[in-house]
Amino acid sequence: MWEYTDKVRDHFLHPRNVGEIATPDGVGEVGSMACGDALKLMLKVDEGGRIADVKFQTFGCASAIASSSALTEMIMGKTVEEAEKITNDDIAAYLGGLPKEKMHCSVMGKDALKKAILHYRGLEAPEIEGNIVCECFGVTDKAIESSVRENKLKYVDEVTNYIKAGGGCGQCHDAIQEIVDRVYKKTEAPAGPEKKLTNIEKIKMIEETLEREIKPALEKDGGSIELVDVDGNAVYVKLIGTCATCAASELTLKNYVENKLRELVAPALVVEEVKK
Amino acid sequence: MKAIYLDNNATTRVAPAVVEEMTPYFSEYYGNPSSMHTFGGMLGKKIVEAREKVADLINADPDEIIFTSCGTESDSTAIYAALQSYPKKRHIITTRVEHPAVKNLCEHLAKTGYRVSWVPVDREGRLDIDYLYDHMADDTAIISVMWANNETGVIFPVEQVAHAAAERGIVFHTDAVQAGGKVPVDVRKSNVSMLSLSGHKFHGPKGVGVLYVKKGTKFAPFLIGGHQEKGRRGGTENVASIIGLGKAAGMAKKELGSEMDRVRGLRDRLEAHILENIPNTLLNGSRENRLPNTLSVSFEYVEGESILLMLDQLGICASSGSACTSGTLEPSHVLRALGVPFTAAHGSIRFSLSTYTTREEIDVVCEQMPPLIERLRTMSPFWKKEASCSIL
Repeated sequence: MWEYTDKVRDHFLHPRNVGEIATPDGVGEVGSMACGDALKLMLKVDEGGRIADVKFQTFGCASAIASSSALTEMIMGKTVEEAEKITNDDIAAYLGGLPKEKMHCSVMGKDALKKAILHYRGLEAPEIEGNIVCECFGVTDKAIESSVRENKLKYVDEVTNYIKAGGGCGQCHDAIQEIVDRVYKKTEAPAGPEKKLTNIEKIKMIEETLEREIKPALEKDGGSIELVDVDGNAVYVKLIGTCATCAASELTLKNYVENKLRELVAPALVVEEVKK
Repeated sequence: MKAIYLDNNATTRVAPAVVEEMTPYFSEYYGNPSSMHTFGGMLGKKIVEAREKVADLINADPDEIIFTSCGTESDSTAIYAALQSYPKKRHIITTRVEHPAVKNLCEHLAKTGYRVSWVPVDREGRLDIDYLYDHMADDTAIISVMWANNETGVIFPVEQVAHAAAERGIVFHTDAVQAGGKVPVDVRKSNVSMLSLSGHKFHGPKGVGVLYVKKGTKFAPFLIGGHQEKGRRGGTENVASIIGLGKAAGMAKKELGSEMDRVRGLRDRLEAHILENIPNTLLNGSRENRLPNTLSVSFEYVEGESILLMLDQLGICASSGSACTSGTLEPSHVLRALGVPFTAAHGSIRFSLSTYTTREEIDVVCEQMPPLIERLRTMSPFWKKEASCSIL
């Protein structure tokens, strides 16, 4: 069960400013039904540039509804310039905090507000920038990078809590971690894809790694390993001694040898065993 | 406010008679059944009795019953036992809608070198049995198919699959945690090699499970230790809980007939009321082959966690396959396997009844649901817009 604050419960059970504005000056829509939450924020701005009325409609969990409701209270009567400064942390703080897994609800509020203000000013929301990293939720590297900076996120699960990236199949976790690492080590930002090893370099590094890291470990159990061939990213090896007859050898290969080679040589390597 | 508890597939109330049966075995008769003295040793007899009652519930021989700590331990034991007994067999068949106890274990095994075939289900949650037959291979170590699904209540043709597996000499395991005590389970009539049960799903205590292992099935223990359970599961017996489980099994057997029919009647009443009075509501899972106590429905354009919290305010306990309730961001793997559209998967609610559910309670829920859903829908940006064009 989620630990919601009394304020979150109050805003969920008695949401403020639910509904629609017939002729809004600014509309911001974010999310979708597929994502599991969505927010439509509508603004009425008076001649003095103050938010005279605001309404919302939200599809989502209790914290999504509470975040939307809180946001409308926070911006009502403010100038557009003042409202613009509100961050997702401000929304969460207004509610007395949100469970960390639910921070994306406050991010949704901030994003809808940003869009509504752009719309009010007659500006289009910028096209999606960057490349999609998380396919499940359609999150780009640029979006991840800016969220990591703004919210000082350090780990993949934090990124997931804030902008959902990585919350689906999980295949992008490494890519997200790379972005996080890049943000904190700006100097090491690689230009383009990582440096490519030549075949000779690759084979040399594989041989060295086998000799230095893997053989000594296998020899402890009375086995050994021999490099047979390297073809692209496929590394063909032969197991010798007790390793060759061990039923767990497939596991040995997959888990141990491959991980070591991936870690120390190139992440794309695949190890295949050559029998006889 | 007394809770209206409709979340019995999560856990059940421990029957007062079960508590009574267990109570002396904490502070009064607290011995170890393995001891040589009478004070401890006499407990062995109580465990024998419990074993007989559990065996009777599923028509097994008492020797075929192993007590474990939970359904998950039973599932893990069964699957690892088959893999260890047939080290050259590297293939597992299971379904896409298993409980995490089986699903996550098989996903883990897939990462460590095993091949796993995931049998799909159709829109009503029924198993694609041809897919299963087509994927049986010479190196299939085990087929694990749940007896009944925990989210939809859909019952699988376990006896049919078990028969096909036996013909190919493949070990067949079924997670019957949701079926035990709700529908008749007869291992004599089927070729099931191993079957898992959990005490707290049928008014027994938490922390005790059962693994049935058919005589002649190759077995390897999961918890290796003492001689308990004939060396098939090490660890001092959870005496009080095993005694409670035995009591619960005896009670459940008596209730399989008319009492479960009463529960089915209440479930059907709730189902009919919801589907008739709340538009854009879908039933998840086959209406025919279903546990008598389970109802899974999806309310389009609203989100499950919001529904649950509104229900919670009214003292009504249910659960949801929505993403937001679990801390994950995707709706349940079961609803996705059924192909429930995203518009509906996020708004899924499971009501699961028990022998303690009353007609009055169901009437309260019937009365509260329509205004509750209506209230959330008026808040939803999709409701009017989309609903008008979805007269399908």
